Amino acid sequence: MPSLSIHAGGLQLNNPVLLAAGILGTTGASLRRAASAGAGGVVTKSVGSVPREGHPGPTIVHVECGLLNAMGLPNPSYKDFQDEIEKARVGGVPVIASIFGSSAAEFAQIARSLKADAFELNLSCPHAEKYGSELGRYPDLVESVTGAVKAAASVPVWVKLTPNTADILELGQAAQRGGADAIVAINTLKAMAIDIETGFPILGNRFGGLSGPAIKPVAVRCVYELAGRLEIPVIGVGGVSTWEDAVEMILAGASAVQVGTALLRGYGVFEEITTGLSRYLERKSLTLEELCGLAGRRRS
Amino acid sequence: MRPINSVIEEVGSEAPLIRTFRLDRNLDPAPGQYVMVWIRGVDEIPMSFSGPDTITVQSVGEASDALFSLGAGSSIGLRGPLGNGFILRGKRILLIGGGVGTAPLAFLGEQAKMAGFEVASLLGFRSKEDLIFQDRFEALGDTIITTDDGSLGLHGRAAAGLKELNLFDYDQIYLCGPEMMMWDIISRTREHAKKTQACINRYFKCAAGICGSCCLDPEGLRICVEGPVIMADRLLESEFGRYRRGPTGGKGPCKG
Repeated sequence: MPSLSIHAGGLQLNNPVLLAAGILGTTGASLRRAASAGAGGVVTKSVGSVPREGHPGPTIVHVECGLLNAMGLPNPSYKDFQDEIEKARVGGVPVIASIFGSSAAEFAQIARSLKADAFELNLSCPHAEKYGSELGRYPDLVESVTGAVKAAASVPVWVKLTPNTADILELGQAAQRGGADAIVAINTLKAMAIDIETGFPILGNRFGGLSGPAIKPVAVRCVYELAGRLEIPVIGVGGVSTWEDAVEMILAGASAVQVGTALLRGYGVFEEITTGLSRYLERKSLTLEELCGLAGRRRS
Repeated sequence: MRPINSVIEEVGSEAPLIRTFRLDRNLDPAPGQYVMVWIRGVDEIPMSFSGPDTITVQSVGEASDALFSLGAGSSIGLRGPLGNGFILRGKRILLIGGGVGTAPLAFLGEQAKMAGFEVASLLGFRSKEDLIFQDRFEALGDTIITTDDGSLGLHGRAAAGLKELNLFDYDQIYLCGPEMMMWDIISRTREHAKKTQACINRYFKCAAGICGSCCLDPEGLRICVEGPVIMADRLLESEFGRYRRGPTGGKGPCKG
C-alpha cells in the first residue's frame, strides 16, 4: 500500500484525513476516539476566551442536500480546555486547537495560553455575532489576526476561511501575508430553513451554516482557486464524505482534507476514506504529492 | 429530516410539576428512546416516551415551562424517535425508577408484560405528592414504592427498597431516574451491572452524534446516538455519578 503520510501545514501526519472543527471536539475522549478510528489529526471544537452556552435549539436541521447548524460557538473557554487537549493527545495524532475571538489581541491571548500541536483560527463561523466570519470577511482583519497569533504562538497556525465572500482568494492572500502556515477552506455556507407548517425559521438562531454534500462543489472550487495561487498549503474541507470526495479535493490542490458532517455515519468514515484513498493511489501508481493539485496542471 | 409537525391532543397532570402530553401521532418508539421536542420560538429539548404516543415531562426550565403553557390543540415540532432504547431480555425483569424517570419504564413494563415477561418494580419518589404511574406499575406486578420523606411506602431513597429484593431472581434490570439515584443503585449492585440497562441523560445539542456535547468520559460514548440506554457496567468507571458537562461543555456536578 502506498504511504499516506504527509507533511502539511507544519505538521507531520500519518494520513491526510483529519477530523474537522466543531465535530465531536468538545471532549478529549471523543477526539481521542477519532484518532483511534484512523483520523490523521483532530481539530477541537472552537474555544474562546469566555464560556459560551451557544444558541437555543434546534441547533441542527437535516435538509435535502446536507446539514444546517447553528451551535453558536458553545465552549467552556480556553481556561477550562487544556485538560481536554491533553486527553486528546493520548490518541497519538496531532491535536489542532480551533480558537476564536473578536479581535487580534483576544486571539493572541488564547494562543499564548493554550498548548496544542497547531492552531486553527476560526475566522469563518457564519452564525455568531462579533466572531468568525464577521471578522473573517475583511482581508485586513484576517491579516492582522493571523499576524498576531503567529507572533504569540510557537506552533503552526492555520487559518480557516469563509466561503461567504465575493473573493475567497483575497482572504487567503491576506492570511498568507499574515504568516499563516496553511489555509483551511471552507467553513459552512450561511443558510437557513423555514418550517412551512408555521413559518418559524427552524434553527434557534434563524441563520446557520450549511455543510455536507451540498457544499462540496463550492469547496472544491475554493480549494482549486486558493491552491493555484498561494504558496502555503491548503487543507480542503466541505462535504468530504467518501474517498472519492477526498481524491477530488486533493486533485483540486488540497494537501489534506477534513471530514465533518460525514461523521453522521459514525467514526468508521476515517478508515473508509483512508483505505479508499490508498487503493486509488496504488491503482493509479501515484503518490499523494503527485495527486495534490493535479487538476490545476491539467489545464489546457 | 426536518421536524415533523405534531398537534398535542391531550394534556394530563400526573403530579404538581409533571404532565403527560398525548400527541396526534405514534412515532413507533422503543421504550427508552427519546424525541427532540421543538417548542417553536423557544428551544428544542429531548424527551423520553412514556407510551407509544405520549411524553411525560417535568417542568425544570424555560423550555419545559414553555411546553407546559401549551394546551390541547397546540402544535410542536418533533425529531425522532432517536437513540437506542431498552432491549427486553430473559423472562423475569425488574424495573427500578426514580421520579419522572419512571415514565419510560412504565412504557417498557407494559410492552414486556404483553410479551409474556414477569415484571416487578421498585420506584422511588420524593414524597407522596410526586408519585406518578402507580396504577400502571401495580397492574404489571409486584411494586415497591419508596419516598424520601416516608409519606408513602418505604422511608428512604429508592436503594432502600433493594433489601426487599433478591436481584439474582431477575434476568435483566432496567433503570431510569435522577443521576445520583441511578448511581446509588448501580454502585450498590455492581455484581449485576452486566445485566442492568440504564437510561441516562446528558446535555444534548445536535442529537445526531456529531456535535460532541453529550460524550461520556472516558470512552467518549455519544449518549445521544449510542445511548441513552447504556449497559451499567460501562458506567461504573465513567464520569457518570461523578460529574457531567453542561451547555458550555465545561464540567459540573451531577444533579439529583
